[in-house]
Amino acid sequence: MFRLKLVPENTAFRFVALRYVAYAVSMLMVVASMGLFLTNGLNFGIDFRGGTMIEIGTEGPADIGGLRNRLSLLNLGDVQVQEFGAPNEVLIRVEQQAETEGSDQSVVELIRAELGEGVEYRRVEVVGPKVSSELIEAGTLAVVIAVILMLVYIWFRFEWQFSVGAVLALLHDVLLTIGIFSIFQLEFNLSIIAAILTIVGYSMNDTVVVYDRVRENLRKYKKLNLDELLDRSINETLSRTAMTSITTLLALLALYIFGGEVIRGFTFAMMWGVFIGTYSSIFIAAPLLMILGVKRDWSVAAPSSTPSV
Amino acid sequence: MLRFEPWKITLIVLLSLAGLIYTIPNFFSEEQLTDLPDWVPQRQIVLGLDLQGGSYLLLEVDTNAVQTERLENLRADVRATLRNRDLEGGPIGYTGLGISQGEVVVRIRKPEDETRGLEALRGLSTQISTNLFGGGAEQDLDVTLGEGGKITLAPTEASRTTRARSAVSQSIEIVRRRIDELGTTEPSIQRQGDKRIVVEVPGLDDPERLKALLGKTAKLSFRLVDQTMTAQQALATRVPQGAEILYMTEFEPPQPILVRKRVMVSGESLTDAQPGFDQQTNEPIITFQFDTSGARKFGEVTAANVGRPFAIVLDNEVISAPNIREPILGGRGQISGGYTVQTANDLAVLLRAGALPAPLNILEERTVGPGLGADSVEAGRIAAIIGFAAVIIYIALSYGLFGVFANVALIVNVFLIAATLSILGATLTLPGIAGIVLTIGMAVDANVLIFERIREEIRNGKTPINAIQIGYDKALTTILDANITTFIAAAILFQLGSGPVRGFSVTLGVGIITSVFTAFVVTRLMVALWFRARRPKELIL
Repeated sequence: MFRLKLVPENTAFRFVALRYVAYAVSMLMVVASMGLFLTNGLNFGIDFRGGTMIEIGTEGPADIGGLRNRLSLLNLGDVQVQEFGAPNEVLIRVEQQAETEGSDQSVVELIRAELGEGVEYRRVEVVGPKVSSELIEAGTLAVVIAVILMLVYIWFRFEWQFSVGAVLALLHDVLLTIGIFSIFQLEFNLSIIAAILTIVGYSMNDTVVVYDRVRENLRKYKKLNLDELLDRSINETLSRTAMTSITTLLALLALYIFGGEVIRGFTFAMMWGVFIGTYSSIFIAAPLLMILGVKRDWSVAAPSSTPSV
Repeated sequence: MLRFEPWKITLIVLLSLAGLIYTIPNFFSEEQLTDLPDWVPQRQIVLGLDLQGGSYLLLEVDTNAVQTERLENLRADVRATLRNRDLEGGPIGYTGLGISQGEVVVRIRKPEDETRGLEALRGLSTQISTNLFGGGAEQDLDVTLGEGGKITLAPTEASRTTRARSAVSQSIEIVRRRIDELGTTEPSIQRQGDKRIVVEVPGLDDPERLKALLGKTAKLSFRLVDQTMTAQQALATRVPQGAEILYMTEFEPPQPILVRKRVMVSGESLTDAQPGFDQQTNEPIITFQFDTSGARKFGEVTAANVGRPFAIVLDNEVISAPNIREPILGGRGQISGGYTVQTANDLAVLLRAGALPAPLNILEERTVGPGLGADSVEAGRIAAIIGFAAVIIYIALSYGLFGVFANVALIVNVFLIAATLSILGATLTLPGIAGIVLTIGMAVDANVLIFERIREEIRNGKTPINAIQIGYDKALTTILDANITTFIAAAILFQLGSGPVRGFSVTLGVGIITSVFTAFVVTRLMVALWFRARRPKELIL
């Protein structure tokens, strides 16, 4: 009977042997991401930077250059005009006007007056300075709390070594997501925070499945070398890892292509997160147990947190 | 693992059917729903503002303005109290009456008047109850006598919070009345935190008008024009006591006018305001009606000031300053001043709804036009269908018959998510649709874990029944661990997110629960029933 199998049965890849390469590549990417974040920065959306965003629909293809010229005459500071998804749809972004509340509200009126009739206002978003700083706080807080809770949960369910390994892999995923948003200067807004949190959940999910198998095998093969045991665990769960990543990516790809311009950044972040999360579970989270050391004698009922490799 | 008592089977089937039934209303319009038989549930998933179009506004009540105004009034009260001729022992001489650092200070001239002054000013303080049950009562002013006859009147902390709180409650009420006048369906107005108000108005075609309606305090007052000097003279020299310079916006550029601070009649005395047309000039105007006491006061003042001008002041701007031709006794009047039909209508709305106790600042605005909303619904629908189809085909190709079981469970899962959202009255946003699609992708994970485990056990030479048993047994903890972590992420998003992001966390969280249920219970039931019927000697998975 026909079965679609992207991963053959009984694989025996030596993932752990590649760990130094993986660490090097990951370290490089993490450092690059942080460097990019510090130098290139993120293209913050108005959620975090404050200001005004207006999406308009025009009759027929929009004259982007003309619009840019007309709007720059309004003296609103930095005004960005770009096509958004279709030739007759335009996204206008105007920087925050002043530190006082309400100063951004006049921007909408000015632009409406300038553009006149015959323009459909598809979306208008104005975020004042107070709210934008609160959103930055809430967003950062959310990610930090999520990571801490994951740490505690894994610690509770496994051993501290697993917990540390999982969270390092998690931070790796979050940093690389920030990195890719920095390198391509994709808009970083509130929905990207939501995507990052989902990535945190997904990456953890993936790591937990591998770790679960590691724990099971630790009980089963008491004499096996740790690197072989880890390889075995990863290989045993490999078809599942591939399967789940592919179904999730299929669903996300449909959203990315057909879901519209508004959530394209959001789905992009998640696709990247699924990809990087799968990689980190296999090449980072599991091999990290080699460094952290895990308890090998699981016959004792009471868990002890002292490593004895 | 494969034993199901009949009652369990019934329960699982009923639950799945409930999912289907509670999803039904979402396929019909509201009119069609009322025609359906009674047993069909009526609750539908509410579409978020990003899908149906509408405006979200986050407003903040400027409570500082409330405190400032209170101090101004207090200062006027202090003046009136000390100057009162009816005061026992006669009026009290004072100096240096002013406001500094949130307090009103005044210096009594003669030392022998100090206690009398303190006594009189203490009378300005009233009791406020500080808790709901009226148990704790507190003075709203701290009146203290300092060195050299200096009396300080400081509003207490309790009274400040009480006033701020009531200003916010009152603002919510006024905002509600103003928005109701727009005639949109189901606007939502909620308090958020200490002094914020969230306004959500679905299906609005002109958000600028909404903002214009909320952006005005609409404090109306009728005052006499000070004619002791012209406004130009006052600007050049000194504004007389009890008067102030305001501007008449009727003119371009606005003209200064000297207006008395004392209010003859305020907007609170209005019982009605309607837009209309002036009978002579046919220009749009607003006609208004005072209540009895307002009408009497207005009548008295106009009778005493025939021939002199009075000013109609709205939010510190003079709308017009007509001459009093004759006493206005009926309590009716009209306001004109270059209005269009729309602005006259809006002003009438504002006057009817009443003045806001303090200005409202718009902190955040998010408006989605109906066009984009409809586009997003369409895009979300297509993406969901294609994503769903792709996943189903892939699963069927990978696992054959078991894949079909998993797919049936997946369909049940989608119905359960939709049903839960309908029952909870949860709001579906565009990221929420993404959450559902993502759940579809991730929901199969539980089944994948189980199936892969069963495959492994078969390879290890287990009999079909044993392989299935072990597969479900061993996968359970993994499934729970893996899903709890994602659920934690969803819960945090729900706590800290707002609007569309919150919608995403709801669908994600609900999806995790239903997908564990469908994968572990619904699929297992199907596998068990199939196994019982077929008793296969060999398991092809």
